[in-house]
Parts: sequence; C-alpha cells; structure tokens
Amino acid sequence: MSTGLIFGLTGLAVFIIGLCGALILVDPLRRLLALKLCSVGASFMLIVAAWNAPPATPDPVPHALVITGIVVMISATAVALALIRRLHTLEQEQND
Amino acid sequence: MTEMLAIDWLTAVIFVPLAGAMLAFLLPRQAHLVGVGAMALTALVTIALVLQVLTEGAMITHLGNWEAPLGIDLRVDGLSAILLAMTAGVGLLVSLGALDSYASRRVPERMRRYFWPLWLLLLSGLNGAYLSTDLFNLYVMLEVIALAAVGLTVLSGRIEAVRAGLEYMYASILGALLFLMGVGFVYLELGRLDFAGLLAANSSPALSAALALMVAGLALKTALFPLHVWLPQAHSNATAPASALLSALVVKVSLYIVLRLAQYMLPPSEILVALIGVLGLGAILWGSIQALRAERLKLLVAWSTVAQIGLIFVAFARAGADGVAESWKAAALLMLAHAIAKAAMFLAAGRIKDEIGHDRIRDLDRSPIRPTLAQLSFAVAAISLVGLPPSLGFAGKWILMEGAMTNGYWHWIVVTMTATMLSVAYFSRVLTGFLRFDRQRTPAGEHQGWALADAAPLTLALFALGLGLFAAPILSFMDIGYPFGATP
Amino acid sequence: MNDASLLPLMILMTPLCAAPLLFALPERSARLRTAINLGAALLKLVLVSWLSWKVSQGVIYDLRLTVLPGLEFNLQADPLAILFIALSAVLWLITTVYAVGYLEKGPHRARFFGFFSLCVAATVGIALAGNLFTFLIFYEILTLATYPLVIHYGTAAALRAGRIYLIYTLGGGLVLLLGTLGLWVLAGSTDFVPGGILAGVAEDSPLAAQLLFLVLIIGLGVKAALVPLHSWLPIAMIAPAPVSALLHAVAVVKAGAFGIMRVVYEVYGIETAQLLGLTTPLAVLAAVTILYGSIRALGQDDIKRRLAWSTVSQVSYIALGIALASPIAAIGALAHLIHQGIMKITLFMVAGNLAEGRGIKKVSQMNGVGLAMPGSMAAFTLAALGMIGLPPLAGFVSKWYLAAGGLQAGQGWVIPLLLGSSLLNAAYFLPMIHRAWFRTPDTAPQQGLVRRRIGWMLAAPPIATAALVLIAGGLANAPFSPIEWTRFIVTLEYSQEAL
Repeated sequence: MSTGLIFGLTGLAVFIIGLCGALILVDPLRRLLALKLCSVGASFMLIVAAWNAPPATPDPVPHALVITGIVVMISATAVALALIRRLHTLEQEQND
Repeated sequence: MTEMLAIDWLTAVIFVPLAGAMLAFLLPRQAHLVGVGAMALTALVTIALVLQVLTEGAMITHLGNWEAPLGIDLRVDGLSAILLAMTAGVGLLVSLGALDSYASRRVPERMRRYFWPLWLLLLSGLNGAYLSTDLFNLYVMLEVIALAAVGLTVLSGRIEAVRAGLEYMYASILGALLFLMGVGFVYLELGRLDFAGLLAANSSPALSAALALMVAGLALKTALFPLHVWLPQAHSNATAPASALLSALVVKVSLYIVLRLAQYMLPPSEILVALIGVLGLGAILWGSIQALRAERLKLLVAWSTVAQIGLIFVAFARAGADGVAESWKAAALLMLAHAIAKAAMFLAAGRIKDEIGHDRIRDLDRSPIRPTLAQLSFAVAAISLVGLPPSLGFAGKWILMEGAMTNGYWHWIVVTMTATMLSVAYFSRVLTGFLRFDRQRTPAGEHQGWALADAAPLTLALFALGLGLFAAPILSFMDIGYPFGATP
Repeated sequence: MNDASLLPLMILMTPLCAAPLLFALPERSARLRTAINLGAALLKLVLVSWLSWKVSQGVIYDLRLTVLPGLEFNLQADPLAILFIALSAVLWLITTVYAVGYLEKGPHRARFFGFFSLCVAATVGIALAGNLFTFLIFYEILTLATYPLVIHYGTAAALRAGRIYLIYTLGGGLVLLLGTLGLWVLAGSTDFVPGGILAGVAEDSPLAAQLLFLVLIIGLGVKAALVPLHSWLPIAMIAPAPVSALLHAVAVVKAGAFGIMRVVYEVYGIETAQLLGLTTPLAVLAAVTILYGSIRALGQDDIKRRLAWSTVSQVSYIALGIALASPIAAIGALAHLIHQGIMKITLFMVAGNLAEGRGIKKVSQMNGVGLAMPGSMAAFTLAALGMIGLPPLAGFVSKWYLAAGGLQAGQGWVIPLLLGSSLLNAAYFLPMIHRAWFRTPDTAPQQGLVRRRIGWMLAAPPIATAALVLIAGGLANAPFSPIEWTRFIVTLEYSQEAL
C-alpha cells in the first residue's frame, strides 16, 4: 500500500509541477514541455493503478489507456511544435 | 433486419465523416466536393438515426461486438440524438456557406484544401463524443476534436490566428490532461470507466475529486470564466466558417459532457455547484463588459459566447443543487439555441466583413454598401441570443426562470434578467450601426451586397427564431431514453 | 385544427407573408410594392370582415399549438379581439395609402414597408392572443418591428430617440415577461377567460396577486404610456408621420391599453380586481395621466409633440374606463379604443401633410393654413373637436359613457375630471384651429412656399378617417357601430347581475 501511495503521490507531484509550469512560463516551447510533464504525471498514476502484487498480473486496461494517451499526446505535441515553428517564422518575417 | 440497421446508423454517423476526411485529404483538388458530399451523407445518416430513435427509443451498439467494460459501447438517446441533429444541421449549413466562402480567388489554395478534411475529422469526433458511453472514449474524442479545432483556428495562416491557435492548443491539452487525471481517479476507485459503472458507484472522496478534475478540464475547454482567456482571440481570428463551427459546435461538446457526467455522478457538495454558478455569473458580467468594449464585430461575437456559456453554466448550477431535471433541460435548450444562433451570427459577421471590407463596429455605418441580408441574419440571430420570444433561446430562459420562480430562487431570475439586458446592450451597438445612414459619405447604392452565401446564415437565424415555437416537441424528444432521469 | 380555426391564422399570415416580399423587392419597383401593400391590406380587411361576421354569428375560433410543456400558442377570435383587429384592419389600409404617398421619393422604402407589415402582423397577434403568453410573444415582436420604423431616417437624433424607445419598450417587455412567468407559476395558466383565472389565488394569497398586478401593469403601462412610464412617447415623434399615426392609433400605445384591458377583465376578472382593491389605484393613475398629459400638451409648440402629449392623456381614458369597474364605463373604454384611434390617426396624418406640403412643424406657423389646405384642415378640425368631446362626434360618445359609468360606479369625481380634461383639450386644440382658419397667413417668404404637392394619397386618408369620426359619433346607436359591439363585449365580461 505505501509503495503504491508513494508512486501515486509522485505522479500527482509531477502533474502539479507541469501544471505550474504551463501556467507560469512564457516561452512557448517551455510551456509545451511543461504540459508534457503533466501528461507524464497522469500516465504514471494510471500505471500505478494497474499494478498488482506479484503473483497477480497487472491490470491490462490502464496500460491500454496509457498507450492511447501517449499516442494522443504525441500527435498533440507534434501539432503544437509545428505551430510554434510557424509562429517563429511569421514573427521573423514581421521583424524583417 | 432492424438490428442490422441500428448498428449501421450509430457507427455510420462516426465513420462516414471519418472516411470523408481521409478521402478529402487524399484528393485535395476535389476536397470541397468530397467535403460537402460526406457532410450531406452524414446528415442523411443522422436523419435516419433520429427517426429510429423516434420509433424505437434509445439504442446501444457494441463496437466490434466487445461488451461494456472492455469493449466500446455506443449509445444514443434523445439528448444525444438531438445534439447529433444539431451538429448535422448546423454543419451542413456552415458547409454550404464555406463552399462559397472558400471558393473566392482571393482565398489561398491552402485554406480550401485543408478546411474540409479538418472539418470532417471534427465532425467525426463530435458525433463520437455524443455517442460515447465511457470516459476514456470521451477523452480520445475530446483530443480528436481539439486537434481538428486547432487546425481550423489557424487555417488562415495569419500571425494572429497562429498565436491564438497555439494558446487554444495549450488550453486544450491542459484541459484534456485534467480530464485524463479525473479518468484515472475513477479507474483507481471503481476499476471501470463506463457510465453504467459510474451510476452504480457510491459516492466517495476519490470520485468527488475525479468529478472536480474532469469538470475543471471541461470548463477550460469550454472557456468558462476565468478560464476563457484563449477563446475570444481564437474565435475572432479564425475564418468565418471556422469561427461558426468552433463557437457553435466545439464548445458544446464539453458542455454536453458536463451535463452527462452530472447525471451519473452526484456533485460532491453544494460548494462545487455554487462555485459553478458564481463563475457563470462572472462569465456573464465579464463577457458582456468585454463585448460592450470590443471594437471589432467578430470579437464582440466571440465575447458574447463567453457570456452565454456563463448563462448555460448558471442553468447547470441551478439544476445541480437538487438535480432538477427541468433545469438540465433548460440548459440543453440553451445549448441548442446558442449553437444555431451563434453559427448564424458568425457566418453573417463574416459576410458583412467580406462585403464591407472590414469589421470595425464604429465604421459599419460609413460604408455605402449595406449587405442587408447578412445584417438581417445577424439581427435575427441576435434576437435569439438575447432570448426574445418566440426564439429557442427564449424557450430555454423561460424554463430556467420558471423553475427558479417556482422554487423562489429569485437570485437566478435576477442573473438571467441581467444577462438578457446586457446582451441587448452589446448587440444593439451593432444593430444601430446597421440602421444609421447620416455618416455615409457616398450615397447608398442599389447594390445591397446579396449573395447566395447569405442563404446559410439566414436559414440558421430563422431556425433559431422559429424553433422556439416547437420547444415542447423538442423537449419531449430529448427525454427519450431518460437522459435526465439518471440521478435519483 | 379544423378549417374554421385557420381563419385567424390567415389573417395573421397576410401581413406576415407580405413582409418578406416587401423586404426583397428592389428599391425601384415602386408599383409592385404598392400593389403588394394595398393587396395585403385589402385582403386582411376582407378576411377580418368575414371573421367578424362569423364571430357575431357565434362561431368560435380557437387555434392552439403547444410551445412549452403546458403552455400553448393560442389564437382565438373573441369579440374583444374582433374590436381591436377590425380597428387595425381599417386603419392599416388607410395608413398604407397614406404611407405610400408620404414616402413616394423617400429612402429605404423596401425596409420601411417590410417592417410596417411586420408591425401590423404583431398587432394582429396581440389582438388574437388567447393567453398572456401569446400576447407577450407579439408584444415583443411589436417592439422589434417598430424600432426600425421609429429610427427610419437613420440620423443621429433619430437613433438617440430610438435608443430611448428601445430601452423603455424592451424594459417593459422584460417586466411583462416576469409578470407572465409569475402568472403561470401562481395560476398554472395564462389563459384569457372572461371572469378571470385568479379568483382562487386572490383568496389564498392576496398579496402575491396584488404584486403580480403591479408587475403586469408596469409591463403594459410602458407601451400604454401611463404617467411615470410615458417619456418615450413624445421623443418617438422623430418617426415619419405615417409611423406616428400608426403608433398612436393602433400599434404600440393601443397594444398597452388593450393588454391592460385583457389583464383586468380576463386574467383577474373585474370582480376579483375590485376585491383586491386594484381598480382604485389604477383609476387614480389614469386620472393623473389624463391631466398631466393635457397640461404638458399645452406647452408644446411642435405640432407632433403636442399631439403626442395629447395621446398620453387620451389613451388613459381607456384605462380609466376599465378601472371604474362599471359596465357603462367599460363601454366607454372599449369605444374609446376605437374612437381615439380614428381621431388621432387623422390628426397625425394632417400634421404630416402640413410638414410635407408647407414645411409647417410648429403651431405658431399654422396661421392661415386652413385656406391653403382646406381638405386636410377640415379633417383636422373635425378630429380635434372630436377629441375635445363635442357632440355628436366620436369623442363625445366615449366621454359620455365614461361619465355615466363614473356615476354608476359611485365615483362622482370622474365628472369634474372629464370636464377639466375637455377644457384642457379645448385649450390646446382650439388655438390651432383658430390660427388655421381665422388668422391671416404670415407673409414671410418661406411660409407661403409649396414644398410639395399634396396628392390624393396624402389628402384622402385623413378625410376618410375624419368621416369615420363623424359616423362613429353620429350613428353610435346603429347596428354594427363600435358601441353596439362593445355592449356585446361588456355583457360577456360582466356577470349578468352587474348589468
């Protein structure tokens, strides 16, 4: 139980750190990374939920959820990165 | 036979637009034809589904024949059917408007090419969300919707749009992650994620925390004050059809999920409910003040969305305390009314901007061209958003206030009245501009700036106005499958 | 829905369908526009005559559509509705002729006539509304349809006036919405039923019923221009003359008065209203409005403003007649609904002719205009004398019934009130008549100028309505006169013992 709790709290802490970053940071890339941290925290918690004491196998459903979550997050990150790049180019054009 | 048909319509309404999106992406030159075709086909499927719900009641489909806890279930009841119908109707008319809007030579090729796949993907996500029966599926659909919506926001490629789109993306990701956290909490507690499981569960602190997290995430996605900061720029800088879709349809999904969740999970305490009510009031006031100050037409319309979402949350709060079904229905009617009227309004604003060449509110009355039909559509949409009879918005407000008055909650009546008066104030800024003629430098020509593109906003606006007379049948249809009866 | 109930719907649809056609017509197609206008007005008049005939034969028209759970959109043609709708049908036709002539070369005619038709449709709806909920719907539509007419010229001054108009009327509409909701919650119905629906509620919680009455009267009083709520009316004078004529005779002001009638007679029921002690305050309010409006009219030099203040005063005769709670006074009130309409529309149309033909907008410019425009000024004189209450004109008949009703109700103070009001009416109308006929014209060069020829479309309508003033007064006891019809209504509203 205590191990689970520690892992769970760690996941929550990572999520909160990411949340703070996303709210406070200004640079677009750093904000995106902060959001990534959030997603790591959330995934972490789901994986903790899947863990069972050794003789039993871990619950596969949360794993499936996490994998889906990762896929979703990758696409979201890709789109955000593309937008950041685009914004960067446009800003440079504006400054020239 | 009917069994087969039932399965067909539910899945078809998700997969037809999805297939259309892929096809439109693969055939960029014919994207508009594929787009309108797929949209029309989706509308037909939706009609079939609505008719089936009308005759057979609520229905469930097991995707790939895997059942609930492990597989994905799709369920349609009156509430989801009416939202599907709203999406199809608004979507079809906006698509027709977009067909004209992106056909012009002045519009870059890129916009024409990418609008359709993005919009069809969005449509698929919207329909999927309305039919979902479990939380994780909802999460995935939310992400699909968010990605497509961000794409639509930045379609014009202008720097303001990209900047607004990026802000929107951040808000969306964060909202989705908060929702995912909530989903995780639910799984930790219950070991399952389907609605039936939620309904069966006893309330516990973990579930309350999960509900709070999910509502917070959805509030961010639907731009509830003070989490609204991304919305005005995103909605006002997108192209007109995209704005119409974002404001009319995308915002509604998160509202819908809040509405659904509230039927399955009891709010932890009065505090969360009261907080939502207070935030709704804040949204009404702040959104209205900003709409009163906005200098551009589209920005005003976007801020009015913030205010009207506030009113819908007020209806939620009014219902949430003791689970009053009438208030949930009022909220659903207000959502419907807002979707139709706001789509009309954004399309009309876009038409006015196209004809006059700008959308500065101060100078609307200086132009020799008066796009009368677009102005008429805007005015009729405004009447519906203000909630004057016989509009659908009026029906929603009537039920809301009737419930409040019966129970003696006078503060909600004051809030609703205030929202109404403020909306009159900010919309009349625009409407008087349409009717003022003494500041025009050149004489008004015969050219009234009519075009076929006016048909879509005008039709939507007239629907928003006239549907109020049919609120009773709409309400009874919405009740099929008892979507508002889940909470005791 | 049977065939019979379609007739009220057709009457509603006639102006409602004309409106989009008129909006869509290009500015140039003046003839087609006139044809649609007159065609619709004539069609409506025919349909209304037919409806009136059927209703007088005892046919019941009742069209219902459930809008919200338990709440119906209800059109029904009861005798009271016929009274109002007949007025609107006759005056729509006459005003349309006048408006076509008035706006011959004016701007934005398509828009003007479109909203004009919508405004008439709203009036039809108000007349035929079978419950307060339906009434409210059309009450709001009326506000929205008249606003563009009030600010028709689109100048900064017009927009300012329009804003005040909108604030008052939409505010009134919201208060009425609150009142309708309250009625629905209290009584579980908003139907107009002779004898009222609130008797039970009044017994259980008289305070709630009294408060509700206050809210409803505020909501309706804005349009009826009852005294603290009247300020918009003189300001709205910026509208073109045909609009003012319609606003003062049938549309906005009358909608308020008609609503008060419905609320007192068919929501509360006259006996319940008396029991709750509501009629006396209403009578006092009406009396104050009558005197105050007349006094303010005295001081106005602008012709249309003087007429507007006179409307404030005259419309409250209707409220007074209702509030006196005697059947004879009720006859006076109902008759005045018609009589004030035909008299005031005459005055406004002539005021429009003076301004258009001679550029005369002020009383002080009216010297000698009678000989220059004899037809119009004769009509004006007739209507003004009617307003003062000279027998045998229409105004006399309604004042007579009001006075007799006051005596019947044991409210003797009504007699001096009516006398005083008539004296005040004389004090502001007679100088105008005197100037027009008995003073020599000013010789200032711009005064004698003919700005525009007054064609038959401008000259004939006021003469026609002036003739109606004479007929309504002189033949008050003939069958099918308004008075006869109002007697029929009053027998329905008052229980038999009261008569």
